[in-house]
Amino acid sequence: MASTRIFVPRETAAVSVGADEVAIEIARVSKSTDSSVTLVRNGSWGASWLEPLVEVEVDGQRIAYRNVSASDVADLFEAGLLAGAPHPKRLGPTNEIPYLIDQDRWTLFRCGLIEPLSVEGFRETGGFAGLEAALGMGSDAVIAAVTESGLRGRGGAGFPTGIKWRTAADASADQKYIACNADEGDSGTFSDRLLMEGDPMCLFEGMAIAGYAVGANKGYIYLRSEYPLTRRILERALDAARSAGWLGDNIQGSDFSFDIELHVGAGSYVCGEETAMLESLEGKRGIVRSKPPLPAISGLFGKPTIINNVITLASVPNILRLGAQRYAAYGNDRSKGTLPFQLAGNIKRGGVVEKAFGITLRELVEEWGGGTATGRPVKAVQVGGPLGAYIPASDFDTPLEYEAFAAIGGMLGHGGIVVFDDATDMAQQARFAMEFCAIESCGKCTPCRIGSTRGVEVIDRIVAGEQRQANEVLLRELCDTMEHASLCAMGGMTPYPVRSILKHFPEDFSR
Amino acid sequence: MTEKSFDPDIVSQIVARHSGRAELLLQVLHGVMDAIGWIPDDVIRQLANELNLSRADVHGVVSYYDDFRTSPPGKHVIKVCQAEACQAMGARELGQHIERSLGVAMHESTTEITLQPVYCLGNCACSPAVMIDNKTYGKVTLQRFDELVESLAGGR
Repeated sequence: MASTRIFVPRETAAVSVGADEVAIEIARVSKSTDSSVTLVRNGSWGASWLEPLVEVEVDGQRIAYRNVSASDVADLFEAGLLAGAPHPKRLGPTNEIPYLIDQDRWTLFRCGLIEPLSVEGFRETGGFAGLEAALGMGSDAVIAAVTESGLRGRGGAGFPTGIKWRTAADASADQKYIACNADEGDSGTFSDRLLMEGDPMCLFEGMAIAGYAVGANKGYIYLRSEYPLTRRILERALDAARSAGWLGDNIQGSDFSFDIELHVGAGSYVCGEETAMLESLEGKRGIVRSKPPLPAISGLFGKPTIINNVITLASVPNILRLGAQRYAAYGNDRSKGTLPFQLAGNIKRGGVVEKAFGITLRELVEEWGGGTATGRPVKAVQVGGPLGAYIPASDFDTPLEYEAFAAIGGMLGHGGIVVFDDATDMAQQARFAMEFCAIESCGKCTPCRIGSTRGVEVIDRIVAGEQRQANEVLLRELCDTMEHASLCAMGGMTPYPVRSILKHFPEDFSR
Repeated sequence: MTEKSFDPDIVSQIVARHSGRAELLLQVLHGVMDAIGWIPDDVIRQLANELNLSRADVHGVVSYYDDFRTSPPGKHVIKVCQAEACQAMGARELGQHIERSLGVAMHESTTEITLQPVYCLGNCACSPAVMIDNKTYGKVTLQRFDELVESLAGGR
């Protein structure tokens, strides 16, 4: 009898709720029952609420079982797991799960599907075809395609990717760099991690395309240290891609050479800010640099450097393989394409949902997410990480687009959506926004370094009822100063969550 | 001269593994953390020499980043996420429970345990999250935490 393939994700969320133990138990039970099983450690499909999501391949179709624990395995085998038999944990065919198939999976389409360390599996699903297309069309045409796609920086700032690439391509220098920002520090975000653990070579391909487009032969991935499993997967995937000739000198016999070095951060949030990241990549304290000069002109070691987020770079291969127009057809107006939204915090069905821009918060939180995990009403949703506004239920019909969110005093950031229920003390969240800024500030500029600490104190006074009105005026003035006088988004956007709470939940300051 | 609490050769090997490149200081320090568990003063001196940096350069980097400790940690390092997505699922209560049940305050160490708050482990759909000895755990209820700690004690 042929060996049956069983898929158990090796992905941080799945492993955090027992996937490794499930894999070990499957190996043990299949041996003791004399079953011929091939265990595949795939990435995650992104439906974290179903993890560990175990799949068995039956007649070419993958059948999913949800929330499998090690103690379920013997029972599953007895019920006929290898034939995809019924069981209370059986969900049915993976390609019929609504949460997964109703997405617009442009960037994450391989996550869960393939074995992340297999070059063959990557190639079979169109891997490196974008790079091949790029090498055939020339660097100017590559930049034109990226510009035409409407792709904007997915790290949070939303800067048009094509323009950034053009700037670096036009800069003349003996050395240029591609620096991938994988310092995914915003609470509520994990799509970079999902991609790197589930489809690492897609990122390498995007970086190589960027290198070809601007004339860089060296890339860096700056990965946060909080992702040790991601690190191991990236290291092995880099080795595999190099061995297969997709990284290194003269890629696939072409004139183009490109290699990637992995750097691990050391627990500093502000190193996700691009210039602080450059300092850290140079082996220094992660202190923010003044801009200009733009990194695309003078970046890493003073050389022209493209700094893009993981998702930005990983969106590029398909733009070249399938066409810029196909990507631009998603979304609308100035927010084109897709964004992997991350449903997090107090939510029933948390995970990554890649959708075209324009979907509303209500759809994501209520229809996809199923409301809160605690079953209580939603009070607020923080969109865009610790520097993003808290959105009240009255604004849930706002479409998730860069401009629409700016209009309500918020930002999409990296697409993190953190849900809070009605038991939340919003004044405490406002205080935390300032406290977090005080903890993580690099200390270079005064509004951020000092303002954040003063902010905590002023909020404490307001909550204590000391000269409430006067202190509220002071807090607003402090927010204005931080926003306008800080060097980077750390101090500059900490006021966003604070102001949103002052506006929408003033009663929480006096309860 | 005081006796060194580490083997200088190990540090030299780590530097060599990174080709002596000063810009890889963070990676070298991670290597030291993996090998020794913390960054003794003598290591700062040695790294400055071998990487051709000033001691201030190395000290500055060590003191800037949360990952680099300048005193020995407990046998187990527990990092508790205290960021928003975990707060929404009771991370503050979990943090207090951990401090109480282990008798260690955040940022403090005993010979057994080092306890640290962290701001996001990237496991935000399975919050609250805790990292124990570099492994991330999700959906950590108070009870689950107690069980995890018990298994640590059992495995020692």
